[in-house]
Amino acid sequence: MTEMTATLDDFLEVSPGTSRFQNFIRVFWGRKVAVFGAAIILVLIVIAVFAPLIAPHDPYQQNLRESLQRPSRGHLLGTDPFGRDILSRIIYGTRTSLAVGLISVGVGALLGMSVGLLGGYFGGIVDTLIMRSIDALMSIPPLMLALAIGAALGGGLGNVMISLGIALIPTYARVMRGQVLAVKQADYVTAVRAIGGNDVRIMLVHILPNTLPPLIVLITLNLGTAILSEAALSFLGLGISPPGAAWGAMVNDGYRYLLTSPILSFAPGLCIMLVVLAFNLAGDGVRDALDPRLRGVI
Amino acid sequence: MAKFILRRLIQTVIVIVLVSLIAFSILHMMPGDPVLIILGEEASQAQIDTLRHELGLDQPVLVQYMRWFTNMLQGDFGRSILYHRDVADLIATRLPITLHLGLIAFILSALIGIPAGVLSAVRRGDFLDSLITVSANIGIAVPMFWLGILGIYLFALKLAWLPVQGYTSPFDDFWLNTKQLIMPATCLTVVPVAVLARQTRSSMLEVLQQDYIRTARSKGLRERAVIMGHGLKNAIIPVVTLLGLQARYLVGGSILVETVFNIPGMGRLMVHGVFNQDFVIVQAGIIVIGIVVALANLAVDISYGCLDPRIRYDDR
Repeated sequence: MTEMTATLDDFLEVSPGTSRFQNFIRVFWGRKVAVFGAAIILVLIVIAVFAPLIAPHDPYQQNLRESLQRPSRGHLLGTDPFGRDILSRIIYGTRTSLAVGLISVGVGALLGMSVGLLGGYFGGIVDTLIMRSIDALMSIPPLMLALAIGAALGGGLGNVMISLGIALIPTYARVMRGQVLAVKQADYVTAVRAIGGNDVRIMLVHILPNTLPPLIVLITLNLGTAILSEAALSFLGLGISPPGAAWGAMVNDGYRYLLTSPILSFAPGLCIMLVVLAFNLAGDGVRDALDPRLRGVI
Repeated sequence: MAKFILRRLIQTVIVIVLVSLIAFSILHMMPGDPVLIILGEEASQAQIDTLRHELGLDQPVLVQYMRWFTNMLQGDFGRSILYHRDVADLIATRLPITLHLGLIAFILSALIGIPAGVLSAVRRGDFLDSLITVSANIGIAVPMFWLGILGIYLFALKLAWLPVQGYTSPFDDFWLNTKQLIMPATCLTVVPVAVLARQTRSSMLEVLQQDYIRTARSKGLRERAVIMGHGLKNAIIPVVTLLGLQARYLVGGSILVETVFNIPGMGRLMVHGVFNQDFVIVQAGIIVIGIVVALANLAVDISYGCLDPRIRYDDR
């Protein structure tokens, strides 16, 4: 998450004459671990999109005669208690993880940024009310908050996305507010106000675009966290309903057969770790490439 | 300093009131009518009306909230629908277990994470640094519940060194309690250790480049005194912030660890409450945990003010 020392080299990497995008690519490419993370993410996206073509078996097809088989050539990772192919279920689980991760971070970023923008821009009582509510939200552990909201809304994947998103609001609101407070002081904002620009226009056209870099970094780094939280919720039993495949739920299902078929829990858990690691490594790279000064801040 | 503490105290009270509002409003969206959950589907209309009146659910929402909140201030959290017991009693038996586990994990993470970060920064670029950095990256990504299951498989089922799961009070059998807590505490500790090690490392690297470190070295101080006295002392503040944030992580993580290791703490109680639609338990659980976290943050803020006088004046 945090690596505070921006050395001189990091700043020199921003050389004149190249576009910001070219610079981004160049620095990111220089971080081999980040490229490794990005490559894993790319492979996962391909797997998620083409799951029906890649999976060797139907992930939902029960076959009680083949229940709890050891890994073999027919079933590379064996079968679960219902005789379903584990590898195929893991492949379909990629879809759940990526979809929940992306959408919940989207929900959290959108809500949190809006709230932070309003608070930072208007200040005063609006700001105080918003920030105190954010403090209150922050006193409830995100997982517990998501669990309670998820239960209140009723299970299902959509509701898990919403509840995880709500649990992410505080981080975005705080970072956004800090950014707005800084940008708001800039001369060009005063200038627009002097020629009579209205609040909505100033916020959306003049302030918002200049606050984005740290938020983009935050979004990338949050994807891993969100996927981990989704796995935790589905481990607890909230989220996709059977026979749908989610890695966290698979770890839990396998827990009962730990002594006889440990692979039932081991394999999906390993996938969770790999995905989260990939997103974190890539996120660190995006931060370094976008703005090395953000080390230590995010 | 007294003014600083007072201001923080007032803020904490406001936060706790807001947490209670959040807890109350979330659970009012819960599916299913609590009265029907208690009485069952075959209850007569008269029974339903009576119970609804007894629980105060026929009152306006604002009145319900005020009543719930004032009762809570007097230590009355209501009766659990699931356990048919006072929720205050349930919390009184379960909160100490979660706090016990959380405190062990909290101390362990500071004791391991901070020295690991210092070591990593001092040995920048060599093998030990790479090892610590890589381990920290993996530690942040590993799902805690899965790590617990791996641990149970290896240390309990295969090697039989530790009990599989459960919780015994340390006052009944201290040795068994210790053995039962080794794995859950380790699982809870992994992420905080990783996070703290990373923050300490980068914060130390930043500080070690400063001029006063060079001055300290050039006046002939021993390296140990330079690192600990001048380096760590200045690098520790962002680490303390992060340490404070771990409180809510540890309480949140207790949900998972208590589920995996079958420990009857607050996390387990919350999960039971959520999945059995016992809104009384969930509401009380959220507010109690909110208070614990808010108080932990308050403690950190105050220690912060002691560590760095600038914070007392800056933060108006």
